[in-house]
Amino acid sequence: MTAELVRGQNHPLSRTRLEIRVSAGTPVVAGATVGDENGRVPGIDGVAHPGTPSMPGLEVSRQAAAGHRLAVDLDALPDTVHRVSVLLALPDAGGPARFGAVAAPFVAVTGLDGTEIASYTLTGLESETAVVAVELYRRQGAWKVRAVGQGYAGGLAELLADQGLAEAHRLAGNIQEAVAGGLARSVAAPPPRTDDTDRSRRPVAPGPDHGATAPRPAADPVPQPPLGAGPADPPTTAGPSTTAGPPTLPSADGPVDYRHPRRQHAAPPAPPPAAPPSAPGEPARPVAGDATGWSMDERLYNQVWGMFEDLARSVAAYRSAVDFAESRREKEVDQALSDPRNRIGGGSDAARDAARARHAQLVAQAREVLDRDVTQLAAEADVVEPALPAAYARWDNPVWHAYRVPMEIPMALRLGDLHLPEADGVSIPMLVRLPLERGLWIDSGRSGAFDDTFADPRQRAHLAVETAVAHAARMLAVYPPGEFTVHVVDAAGAGASALAPLADHDVLAAPPARGAAGTAESLTRLTQRVDLVQMALRGGAPDALPPGFDTSQQLLIVNDFPHGFDDRAVNQLRYLADEGPSVGVHLMMVADREESAAYGPLLDPLWRSLLRLTPVPDDHLADPWVGHAWTYDPAVVPPGSRVLHDVLARVAAARRGDGR
Amino acid sequence: MTKGQAISLQKSDGGSLTSVRMGLGWQAAPRRGLFGSRTREIDLDASAVLFADKQPVDVVFFRHLVSDDGSVRHTGDNLVGGVGQGGDDESILVDLQRVPVHIDQIVFTVNSFTGQTFQEVQNAFCRLVDETNGQELARYTLAGGGPVTAQIMAKVHRAGQGWSMTALGTPANGRTFQDLMPAILPVL
Repeated sequence: MTAELVRGQNHPLSRTRLEIRVSAGTPVVAGATVGDENGRVPGIDGVAHPGTPSMPGLEVSRQAAAGHRLAVDLDALPDTVHRVSVLLALPDAGGPARFGAVAAPFVAVTGLDGTEIASYTLTGLESETAVVAVELYRRQGAWKVRAVGQGYAGGLAELLADQGLAEAHRLAGNIQEAVAGGLARSVAAPPPRTDDTDRSRRPVAPGPDHGATAPRPAADPVPQPPLGAGPADPPTTAGPSTTAGPPTLPSADGPVDYRHPRRQHAAPPAPPPAAPPSAPGEPARPVAGDATGWSMDERLYNQVWGMFEDLARSVAAYRSAVDFAESRREKEVDQALSDPRNRIGGGSDAARDAARARHAQLVAQAREVLDRDVTQLAAEADVVEPALPAAYARWDNPVWHAYRVPMEIPMALRLGDLHLPEADGVSIPMLVRLPLERGLWIDSGRSGAFDDTFADPRQRAHLAVETAVAHAARMLAVYPPGEFTVHVVDAAGAGASALAPLADHDVLAAPPARGAAGTAESLTRLTQRVDLVQMALRGGAPDALPPGFDTSQQLLIVNDFPHGFDDRAVNQLRYLADEGPSVGVHLMMVADREESAAYGPLLDPLWRSLLRLTPVPDDHLADPWVGHAWTYDPAVVPPGSRVLHDVLARVAAARRGDGR
Repeated sequence: MTKGQAISLQKSDGGSLTSVRMGLGWQAAPRRGLFGSRTREIDLDASAVLFADKQPVDVVFFRHLVSDDGSVRHTGDNLVGGVGQGGDDESILVDLQRVPVHIDQIVFTVNSFTGQTFQEVQNAFCRLVDETNGQELARYTLAGGGPVTAQIMAKVHRAGQGWSMTALGTPANGRTFQDLMPAILPVL
């Protein structure tokens, strides 16, 4: 039970280990002072602030942030301490100049498990730049919290002086200096973004990520201090679930909700939608977003991966049962045949029939169970598919017609569909995490994927480039303008007609590079970029990149490999495949492996490092749990649809608006 | 319940049990005398072997935490045991509705991976719990048991439309479930 305090009100504290959560509409400095029974602060040792963030029993954060968590252990405080005042102040460096200009700060005293004990909203502040928000005080051996809300127009110095600190002015200066230092430290080279900052910078972090097969929460649930310069709310603000509106977002326009306006009903608001109660004896009706996650996108992503795993395992159970039934039938038939008593008369036939009947019965049972599971998953897919955001949606999903350029990088991208022969009714969206962790290889070779209808190599190559264009266009569309750059190398110009949608809409960084010289130039530029970013990261100075450095993700589409490649270019390509993903440079090869057979095993690591996709359905992708071969269906634009052109036109318009 | 006794997991109201959990808990034995605070780590492991007609089909243990069909899940290996709070340090969850149709018996075992016998382990127990209502179906105290390093604890097997459980409590020796296979086969 939370006590919502008004100014002056107090509330007993039953616990001694507490957290004080502060949220404000703008980065604020949070600190605390400890005082004796007369309320006087003994000296600068009695002030916890960003410069000296911890003292026995008390810890504050080092930086100005819109959200803070102060840790207090009342038992660990010295006996002489009778009062702890929590103070907030606006940083001198930048930002609003008075509390009256920002949303009322909110302070909550919580237990370590997050349960709120008391909360207080500091309303009615005007020209003040520092305020004592709440104080914890000892009264007859027990601790209480009181809502204070005493503001000071003269700022921190006046506030500290009022608490009896002689060195108030100097200390206030030190605090502001420490905060200014913290702000400078926490602003990295790329332009500050909203709550997705954490995710979008992940590729820059050294070391590989979990890999696409490991679904996991998108962002840390607890705001980390180093990100303190931005708003530190949990990353829910982008989701459709936010009910509070976006007042805490620094960007002027807030996130753009690019979902279809009339599909609201399919995306229920937070908390995560639970399946409605079902009639007894029936499985619960599935609901879109019925999974864990901070935002609807993350919940849908986790739900899709949950469906993927469930289907993989249900089919594994079925296949295992069928295998067992077959081996048992073989064994029983063999036994019947080898039994000498059966040699005469119809004994062996009867035994064989019995064995077959047992086999059929077990297979039928297994099929029944599988059908039950598949029906449930198909029903779930039916509600999930229409609720998907553009990045996860098929090209024929109406969400693409209502496409608007996003403000945020989505969690994942749909590359196609996956299904298994036993479960025709269900296809699972194949979602990979963004930014990409591996490059892509669109296989234009004839190995397996193509049957005789695509005997003409030129037709195959054209289809492969078209598929690549659909993937690249999707990436361009789901990244915010200016955050994704596509380069194309098409040495012989063979893919010109298929690449036309990208080139015509002017969404490429430059026209497709032609010839050996163009290829070499493109590769050299990207190789230098990888070197530069790696150097900056290894040197621990990501903000030392040259001013105006384009921090967007880069995708290089290479068509018709190895035409136009010399040994040096091949080496550069391998270098990009190995080192690029961790610094935001990705490869998309459209190639027939056999055409580069002349290089021998030299290129094997290259092919292995790429995720192989096909322009036509092909069963070559394994799931991470039981390793079934799933049939991959590429995400291609339906024939005759204008959706790709419409979307690219909007992307191009947004990029021009972005100053490109 | 006693060794060899079978209980039906069919509920009295006709509904059958849908989910059971095997829990295993223990505490490392402290040394006596000087440096007594240095305990020797004891690693017990819980495993479940899935049988179809006496043929092992799948096994769930610390290197394979989920059966391929997803019906049996190990919650994760614990290498050192608990602090003696009496809680389960390792758990294996079985969703009986999802067990493939050809699987007719699931055998639960406990092994001492670090080789100590159950005489040296403190507060060790294993139990089988009905996950739907938290009711304990069977419980064995392993600690102070004989000089053995493994136990075949119980089996859950198909009976008619539902499942029933038989407590086994057979002592055995072995480091992992593979070593126990000869001991398991007679109890199937």
